[in-house]
Amino acid sequence: MSAVAPTLLDVQDLTVRFRGLVAVDHVSFTVEPGTVHGLIGPNGAGKTTCFNLISGLIPPTSGHVSLAGTALDGLPSWKRTRAGLSRTFQNIRMFQEMTVRENVMTGMQSRLQASVPEILGRLGRFRPEEQAAKVRADELLEFVGLAASADRRAGDLPYGDQRRLEIARALGSEPKLLLLDEPAAGMNPAETQDLVGLLNRLKQGGLTLLLVEHDMHFVMSLCDRITVLNFGRKIAEGSPREIREDPAVIEAYLGAKVAEKLKGGTA
Amino acid sequence: MFDSFFFSYQSLIFAVGINGLLALSMYTVLAVGQLSVGQAAFMGLGAYVSTLLTLDAHWPFVAVLLAAMVVPALAALLIGGPTLKLTGVYLALATIALGEILRIFCNASDLTGGALGLSGIPNKTSFGLIFGLLALALLGFVMVARSKLGRAMEAMREDEVAAGVMGVNLPAMKLGALVVSAMLAGLAGALNAHANSFIGPNDYGFDQAVTILSFALLGGIGSPFGPVLGAIILTVLPELLTALHDFKLVVNGLIIVIAVLFMPRGLLVWRIGRVG
Repeated sequence: MSAVAPTLLDVQDLTVRFRGLVAVDHVSFTVEPGTVHGLIGPNGAGKTTCFNLISGLIPPTSGHVSLAGTALDGLPSWKRTRAGLSRTFQNIRMFQEMTVRENVMTGMQSRLQASVPEILGRLGRFRPEEQAAKVRADELLEFVGLAASADRRAGDLPYGDQRRLEIARALGSEPKLLLLDEPAAGMNPAETQDLVGLLNRLKQGGLTLLLVEHDMHFVMSLCDRITVLNFGRKIAEGSPREIREDPAVIEAYLGAKVAEKLKGGTA
Repeated sequence: MFDSFFFSYQSLIFAVGINGLLALSMYTVLAVGQLSVGQAAFMGLGAYVSTLLTLDAHWPFVAVLLAAMVVPALAALLIGGPTLKLTGVYLALATIALGEILRIFCNASDLTGGALGLSGIPNKTSFGLIFGLLALALLGFVMVARSKLGRAMEAMREDEVAAGVMGVNLPAMKLGALVVSAMLAGLAGALNAHANSFIGPNDYGFDQAVTILSFALLGGIGSPFGPVLGAIILTVLPELLTALHDFKLVVNGLIIVIAVLFMPRGLLVWRIGRVG
């Protein structure tokens, strides 16, 4: 508990059981403001389940999650978004029929205040607010490099563009913490490089990021701190350098035999 | 010339407007991705409440129409809590059951005239009133569509989980849609009762629920105009086919089947914009 920089996300003893399987097993970690925090681990380690627990899509069996000192336990996803949490999905969940701009404006849902009478009568807060939302959406699209596609149907965008649109949409709620579930999945090396640049600019802007990613080069170059999960348990935590050399992590990724060989080779 | 045409087809023209309101009632719930088919029951509730207030309490027609919206709205609030957790066919089944409960009650109760229904309802509707209300409702829907509410609705229909993550207040949107849907159906029920002089418990059963659903499916739900177009076609079509006598219903059904098979998004595929 540092008085200087209070923890942004605090995950305590998070556990979820699906029938017999313990998908996330007493996982605790914290994300400090202004950092990029990586959540890594082999397939089935419980990373996405962890994201779903944090964002309120599934209820935990036990454990606590708090954001900037506010407990999120028991809150539905939409209330967590209003508390400052935002996320993207591993298997892109775009509103495909809507235009690119409308998607980003949907991300601003929690920030728009106009009441139903104001909307019906085009009165009061409605017009200025809607206009400001449109301007902000175009800024965000400019930021992720999709300004030229603002009026296109979101489902018609190429895959890499949809990933960037999902980030712009998630930014619409002006989150304190952005959860990115495999943002580089399916991207070619050039697109991945662009994404690293984009996420670095977000970090420089003061946004805190928590990301799940398989591309190790991507994770190592971007993250300040990394938490490693295996079979639902936390097996390591530290800086990218520490994680790269951690024997438990090497074993989890490469198997005990290879880890043994590597150890033998260096000894 | 127009007068004689209007006189011959008055009940058909009124039915087009009333069915347009019912189609919008259906659209309201479909637009947020809820397959709720209680519209016929809400219509029945509006019809009975308005008829009793007119015949027994002699309320002025404006107050009668308001009551015909408020009572179904309260019923929607009441059933909203338990049914909102249901999705897809389960929600459809639960709302069908509610309609059946109302039908059985109206069949058995003396208050509602039992199986004979209520008759001698004075005609208090007019072309201007019905189509004025339909136009007003359509205008309201366009305003809502082109706002954060319209975006939230379309987001919910496409992907409810993602909509929740965007901060869309899912329970409030679902309950709000159900209440508005009930109000429109209740209004349509009251107008229908005061256009036809007679109502009976079997006017608001499963058949009617499916008919209302088919307005929206045929017209398409890309915009509020689609369901209204569907209502116009499905109201006028049987009249155009009267020359076919017994084959009328067969051809009517066939046209619907063909439309749904070859135009799964409905006849009006135009999608309304979502920015105000």
